[in-house]
Amino acid sequence: MVTLTPGDGREAGPGQDEPGPAYRCADIAARDSYGRLLALLAASTSDLTSAQDMLADAFEQALRTWPSQGVPGNPSAWLLAVARNRGRDQWKSARVQRTVPLDAGQDSPAYVEDIDVDAIPDRRLELMLVCAHPAIEPAVRTPLMLNTVLGFTAEQVGRAFSVPPSTMATRLVRAKKRIKAAGIPFRIPDRVDLLARMPSVLEAVYGTYIIDWATGPQARQLPSEALHLAEVLTTLVPDDPEARGLAALIGLSAARAPARVDANGRFVPLAEHDPSLWDRRLISRAHEHLRAAHARGHLGRFQLEAAIQAMHCARGLGGTMDWPALLALHRILHAVEPSLGSSVALAAVTAEIDGPAAGLATLDALLAEAGQHSHRFQPAKATRAHLLDRLGRKEEAVVAYESAISLTHDPAERQYLEHCRDRASRQAQLGSLKDRS
Amino acid sequence: MRYALLMHYREPGEGEISEEAIEEAKEAFGAYGRALESAGVLLSADVLQPSAATTTVTRREGGLRVQDGPFAETKDALAGIFMLEVPDLDAAIGWAEKCPGAQWGMIEVRPSATALVKGAWSR
Repeated sequence: MVTLTPGDGREAGPGQDEPGPAYRCADIAARDSYGRLLALLAASTSDLTSAQDMLADAFEQALRTWPSQGVPGNPSAWLLAVARNRGRDQWKSARVQRTVPLDAGQDSPAYVEDIDVDAIPDRRLELMLVCAHPAIEPAVRTPLMLNTVLGFTAEQVGRAFSVPPSTMATRLVRAKKRIKAAGIPFRIPDRVDLLARMPSVLEAVYGTYIIDWATGPQARQLPSEALHLAEVLTTLVPDDPEARGLAALIGLSAARAPARVDANGRFVPLAEHDPSLWDRRLISRAHEHLRAAHARGHLGRFQLEAAIQAMHCARGLGGTMDWPALLALHRILHAVEPSLGSSVALAAVTAEIDGPAAGLATLDALLAEAGQHSHRFQPAKATRAHLLDRLGRKEEAVVAYESAISLTHDPAERQYLEHCRDRASRQAQLGSLKDRS
Repeated sequence: MRYALLMHYREPGEGEISEEAIEEAKEAFGAYGRALESAGVLLSADVLQPSAATTTVTRREGGLRVQDGPFAETKDALAGIFMLEVPDLDAAIGWAEKCPGAQWGMIEVRPSATALVKGAWSR
C-alpha cells in the first residue's frame, strides 16, 4: 500500500525508504516544512522545478548522512542550507557561468548556524498565491498546491484525482514552467488585490478537501491534509474570516470521518452516526475558528457551510435541531453562493420542515434552473431518490436510485444506495401485488 | 521582465464608430500613454493600421511570396503592441487591465523570451 507521505515533490522521496529514526525525522521535517522550505528556495526565481530538485537533493543527503552522523539540532535549517548550497553549485557550474553573470548573494555558501528558520519569513502564502494565480488554469491549482505546499508526488496527486501519474506529472511540469516563463511573482499583493485573490486560494484548498474519495482507503487521508493546509492558511491570514470558515468546515467534516463508515466498512448516513466516535478536539477547534470569523463581522460562503455543519454536530451531541434556523442558513448560503450543492441541501432541509413533497418540488425547481450540469451531480440524484422513496413513489425511487448509483464512486456509499434501491424495489413489488389483489 | 501587451479586437467597419467615440478613445490612449511614461515602464507603443493595410511576406514554401492581407483571417485582429519593462506578470496584468483596448477587446500579455538590446540578444 502506498501511503500519502509527503515525498520530495517529484518522485520517490523520504517516504519510500525503510523506516528508522533518521527516516522518521526526515519525514516529520518533510511534513512540517516542505512547503516553507520550497517557498523560500523558489521565491527569488519563481523556478519551482529547480527549487524542488535542490530540496530533493537535500532530503536525499539527509537520508544518507543522518543515520551515521546523527540528526542535526534543527533539521529544517540543515535542509535549507544544504538545498541552497546545491543551488549554488548549479549556479557556479560552467554551463551556467558562461551565460549568466554571478550574483554575490547567490554565490556565497550558506551555513547551517546562520539559518534560523523561525526568524525568516514564512512565504507559504506567496506560494499558495502563485499556485492559485489567475494565470494558472483553475483545474491544476489544487494539484499544484498538494505538490508544492505539501510535497506530494505527482503519482500521489494523480491517484487522488484518478489521473494517470504521467498525465499528472505533465500537467504539473507545464504549470511550473508557466510560472517561471510568465514571471508569476512570489509576492503578497496589496490589500485590495489580496482580498480579490484570496477566494481562489481558498477554493484550491477546498479542492483538496472535496477530491472524489474514489481510490480506496489511502485516499481518505487527503481530508486530513486539506485540514493541514486550511490550518496553515489561518495562521498566514488570521484576519480572513473565510479562511477561518474553511478551516472550521474541513475540521467539522474531518471530526465526523471516524463515524462515516461502520465496522463492516458500510456507509453510515449522518443522521445515524454514533457521535461518540466524533473527534471532540477537532470540533472545539472548529468552533474557535467560527468564533474568530464571526468577530470579523463579514459573512461568507465557507463560514455559512461551517455553521451548517456545526448545527448538525450539535444535534448529534445531544441537542435538538433548530430546523427553521438551519433552513435560514441554507437560504442565505444559496443566496450568497448559489451552486448545485446549495440547491440540493436547501431542498433536503425544506423536506425536513415541510415534508418530502415540498422538498421534491424545491429540488426539481432548483435543478431546472441549474440546467444541464445537474444531470451528473450525484447528491442531486441521491436526494431525489430518497425523497421519492419517502413519498411512497417506489418505482420512480428505484429508477432514481439507479441513476444515483451510476454516479457514486465511493464504494461504501454505493453499497448503501444499492441497499436502499433493493428495499424500494421490494416495496414496489409488494405495492403492485396489493393493487392486483 | 519585458512583456508585450498585444491588443486584439474586431475591426470596425467604415463609419461604424462615431467621431465622438473615436475622440474619447484617443483621449483614453493619451492618458494611458502618459501613465506608462510617468511610471517609466514603457519601451515602445504602436497602434496599428487596420488589417486591410497589411502585407504578408513568406519564403516558407521556397520562393518569395508577397500577399496582401493578414496571414490568417480571424474574428479579432491584432490592433496594437505595447512593449513594457516591469518586474513581473502581476505588474504586466495591472497595465493590461488599464489599457483602453481592454474595454472593447482582448489584451494578450506575453513575456519576451529574448530581446535585442544594444546590439546583443539577451534576456
